[in-house]
Amino acid sequence: MGMGLLIDATRCIGCGACSSACKEQNKLPGKVEEVLTAYTWTTVQEKEGLNVRHLCMHCEVPTCVSVCPVAALTKTPEGPVVYDRERCMGCRYCMMACPFEIPKYQWDSPVPVIGKCIMCAGRIKEGKNTACAEACQYGATTFGKKEDLIWEARTRIREKPGTYVNQIYGLTEAGGTSVMMLSNVPFDKLGMKTNLSTEPPAMRTWAVLSNIPNFVGVWGAFLFGIHWITARREDVAKADDHTNRRGDRS
Amino acid sequence: MNSTATLASRRFRPGFWTAVFVVLFLAFVAVTVLRFTKGLGAVTNLSDQFPWGLWIGFDLLCGVGLAAGAFTLTAIVHLFNLKRFEPIVRPTLLTGFLGYGFVIVALLLDLGQPWRIWHAMVYWNPHSVMFEVAWCVMLYTTVLALEFSPIVFERFGFHAPARIIHKIITPLVVLGVILSTLHQSSLGTVYLIVPSKLHPLWYSPMLPLHFYISAIGAGIGMVILESYLSKRAFGRHLEMDLLEPLARGMVVALGIYGLMRIQAIYRNHAFGSILEFGYEGRMFLLEFVMGVILPVVLMSFRRLRTNPDWLVGGAFLAVMGFVMNRLNVSITGMEAASGIRYIPSAMEIIVSVGLVATGMAVFAFAVRTFPIFPEGPVTDSKGSDVGV
Repeated sequence: MGMGLLIDATRCIGCGACSSACKEQNKLPGKVEEVLTAYTWTTVQEKEGLNVRHLCMHCEVPTCVSVCPVAALTKTPEGPVVYDRERCMGCRYCMMACPFEIPKYQWDSPVPVIGKCIMCAGRIKEGKNTACAEACQYGATTFGKKEDLIWEARTRIREKPGTYVNQIYGLTEAGGTSVMMLSNVPFDKLGMKTNLSTEPPAMRTWAVLSNIPNFVGVWGAFLFGIHWITARREDVAKADDHTNRRGDRS
Repeated sequence: MNSTATLASRRFRPGFWTAVFVVLFLAFVAVTVLRFTKGLGAVTNLSDQFPWGLWIGFDLLCGVGLAAGAFTLTAIVHLFNLKRFEPIVRPTLLTGFLGYGFVIVALLLDLGQPWRIWHAMVYWNPHSVMFEVAWCVMLYTTVLALEFSPIVFERFGFHAPARIIHKIITPLVVLGVILSTLHQSSLGTVYLIVPSKLHPLWYSPMLPLHFYISAIGAGIGMVILESYLSKRAFGRHLEMDLLEPLARGMVVALGIYGLMRIQAIYRNHAFGSILEFGYEGRMFLLEFVMGVILPVVLMSFRRLRTNPDWLVGGAFLAVMGFVMNRLNVSITGMEAASGIRYIPSAMEIIVSVGLVATGMAVFAFAVRTFPIFPEGPVTDSKGSDVGV
């Protein structure tokens, strides 16, 4: 099932250590910005009295991975959705398609690339946790095996039923994500997308794309068939014409 | 007609429209330079909230769609064997070819790193609609070039290659129709991935079919419009005996499309958002009443179809309705979810308008140089100034 992050908004004090650690780990220039940009991959914003982290959700069936025409985005077996900046040609379909609106672009650069959280894929490969989880002193961001994190989240909800909203955000959204969130305020009030289907968006396009080979065969046969019939009609008409004229002459 | 007279009358005569074109073209070049030195942010109003704008909505979606006349007419003539339409195939092929050229230039500007465009041929992702789009653009542009090539060969007297194309014309046309069907519909499939973002007045699982059928309607409308423009510019006559039955085809295509759209809105329970008469509702009504219902109703009357002015008016409405639809899908329908209102920058508009102007100039040049029209290259223009 891979690794994941559990973010508990009730525990976050909004110190921003995660955002700073992310900048340092990924060598991102500039200060931590208010909202996600190509140079700020995670933010903490105050909403409804809570401190809410915003970062790539690392979908189980990522929309960005499905839409990228050059396969610059991939989902690793460990869980992170990573980006190959050398492949990207900048069509920005990932930005358009992402249901969580995560990939951001270097609009100011003549050689622009996408920027988004990659769940410290390099660190995870080395068996370490993510930089943000390492930096968090308050247990608001926990790194671990996704199944353990789900168990942990359910335990927290069960033990403090009056505190938490009975929902693990990310368990089913857009087909489920590697990053999950807990809150004591309904998620739509925190600016989270709550209109997402449990079916990954990628299934909708694949339903069409997977039928292309069939379609090409059937449509091609149909078109050749039409041509065959109309050409044959023409031949028959010509032959009739010919015999008629010969008949006239005799 | 002796050759010196032909040359003399074909000589380039600059006029008002030539000046307009030169100014537009220079502005286009300036924006291009700025775009490649300062980045997309410096010339466009695109942002992280709104990553696709006018260049995708108009240049790409409409450029491809309005080229649909080419595959429709080649199919009518070569597959359905309705040979009487042959005289209007060539200008249609030219429009199709220019439409795709338009799309490629727009793509080269819109892609962040266009020098990597070949990556789509090397790094495959068959799960991506954009991958299908990229291949369709490449392959269909090639097919269009091949279908168009006999005209160029004819001009220079190369008969052998023209004969080869003539021999393979049936498979070539079949390939062109398949690729066009895939490409037109795939531009709708592109938007299937955003069920949570695209407004229910436009989102539908049937989007690929909506795009395909509306492109056939608008492609036919474009054939009629371009016949009219050629008439204005070069003093040609309107082939009413061919355009009138084409208008009937347009009514059928737009009629089917209109019903499908109404069904999709019913299924999305989105009639309410029309009645609310908000931003999306108003834009939808403008698009649908003016660009679908009106041309279908008008062109259903034989009396109006056989009148050149009404016919051209109906075709114009259909083409405008098509353009509005693509802009509504790609911009209007996406704005609410993005949380911002996107209005293209002046420089984005300059690029789009400059490209349209370039397309018209190339068309004017081509019909003077190549035997596009049945009577051969245009040699004398009635309104000397209009044809650039």
